[in-house]
Amino acid sequence: MKENNSIGIVKPKIFKCTSPIKLSCGKTLDNYELIYETYGKLNKNKDNAVLVCHALTGNQHVAGRHKKIDKYPGWWDSLVGPGKPLNTNKFFVIGINNLGGNEGSTGPKSINPKTKKIWGADFPIITVEDWVKTQKTLINYLGIDKLSSVIGGSLGGMQALEWNIQFPYEVNNTVVIAAAPNLTAQNIAFNQVARQSIITDPDFQKGNFYASKNKPKRGLRIARMLGHITYLSNDVMGSKFGRKTKNKEYQFNFDTEFEIESYLNYQGDKFANEFDANTYIRMTKALDYYDPTKKNKKKLSEVFKKIKSKFLVISFTSDWRFSSSRSKEIVKGLLDNNINVSYAEISAESGHDAFLMSDNHYHEIIKSFFNRIFKS
Amino acid sequence: MKKFNQNSRYDFSIIENWTHPNSKVLDLGCGDGALLNYLKEKKDIKGFGIEKNKENWLLSLKNNIDVIQMDLESGLAGFETNSFDLVILSRTIQSMKNIEEIIHEMMRVGKEVVITFPNFGYWRNRLQILQGNMPVSEELPYKWFETPNIHLCTIQDFDNLCQKNKIKIEQRLILTDKKSVNFYPNFFGALALYKLISK
Repeated sequence: MKENNSIGIVKPKIFKCTSPIKLSCGKTLDNYELIYETYGKLNKNKDNAVLVCHALTGNQHVAGRHKKIDKYPGWWDSLVGPGKPLNTNKFFVIGINNLGGNEGSTGPKSINPKTKKIWGADFPIITVEDWVKTQKTLINYLGIDKLSSVIGGSLGGMQALEWNIQFPYEVNNTVVIAAAPNLTAQNIAFNQVARQSIITDPDFQKGNFYASKNKPKRGLRIARMLGHITYLSNDVMGSKFGRKTKNKEYQFNFDTEFEIESYLNYQGDKFANEFDANTYIRMTKALDYYDPTKKNKKKLSEVFKKIKSKFLVISFTSDWRFSSSRSKEIVKGLLDNNINVSYAEISAESGHDAFLMSDNHYHEIIKSFFNRIFKS
Repeated sequence: MKKFNQNSRYDFSIIENWTHPNSKVLDLGCGDGALLNYLKEKKDIKGFGIEKNKENWLLSLKNNIDVIQMDLESGLAGFETNSFDLVILSRTIQSMKNIEEIIHEMMRVGKEVVITFPNFGYWRNRLQILQGNMPVSEELPYKWFETPNIHLCTIQDFDNLCQKNKIKIEQRLILTDKKSVNFYPNFFGALALYKLISK
């Protein structure tokens, strides 16, 4: 793979927060740790900070490599780096592994300080609102009062939106990509199937599997396979795999026959070895629960009343999990409040995953928006 | 796609005269955002653009315009009634399918509406037809086989449409070569500019 202008070797850092956080679920964490990475330099005025919020299975490792030999760079390396659309020569970019995450931030795998045992099933469900609160604490710890921008796709886009609801005065620009103001019933349904596949895996052991040598890999594997199907479009699956088979003749057994099966198996296995089941089911819950209109039963345009930042909203034509019509709801809420907003509906065949792709037009849009920010 | 030329600047200044200072303006089919930037500079407006074409959309974004990518043919569903002081449709209406629908939507969303279009009744167009060809001119730069213009009309046609839809023409200005035309405008006028309000 050709990679120009990568940020190079990066090192994750730890933020230890000793002040307690009251979570949406009612529980309190007395202290917690967040793993984060930064790219580029914070300027003198401390006004060039951009927070990148990650999606369901993402993490703080947005760009660059931890080791030279790492096979893959960070998950948004195509977008973030020197001279890239989100240019680290101009902006100070921050990636945070969310609370409850898989990369070392305090989560289900961590030790519960009260019991001195692994949290496991007892780890609380963290919401988008909680994440934004903890992100804000970390941003302030870095000496930043106000973000130049917050950007995120999918669940990350929900966090970017939530920043504007909780801290309207602390963010100047917002990029919301392939997101929605809340999930549809169909979306929640997919999440439920994913969760059920994990919870009903006998190896899940009600979430307390850490001491056991059996991990709920079967459940995670199926959850990931399902996810992958829904993140792609029928068209892109057709053009990538079609009905291609491994062998010329059918084998008439249940081994991998079609290439799409092989792809799903590979993705499922890879994920099941890397990702924590407790984190996964909690992250999908955060998606399901997010709904800024629920509190006080307000309309989106009322919820957006205090927003000050300038918005860029992007959707992709083939994304059926977070369809364009959902992004348009966000745009309408912003327009109703006279908020500066640009909206692009990008023709892309990759489905929901398009937000991670390196489409030229898509990257040109992000680049132009950040150029505007840099100039002003 | 809209083609801008030097002459567009002139109708910008007329639209500027029809625009209240500090008002909220929506430009449908905003192209590269030139008109909105002109109005921002001259009248300190708060402007939004709508543009379907992705290259034009990107130009608008680069030109500091807040621009929404959508197809006008599906109406202005994302916009509240009376949410804009002025809604503009400049040199675009002749390429649209549902003329009455978009005018209706503009009147709903805007307190005032500006529509401009090339007058098909202009004598030079009539002459070209008499000579046996579809007109090609500065205002109608496309050849018949490549034109996006499917609903060309004359000033008289547009007046009749306004009457039919009970739309009040508040102001009307007809131009040829940057000069206002008062004598038999449907014959001597190349470009028509209308300011409309609901009756």
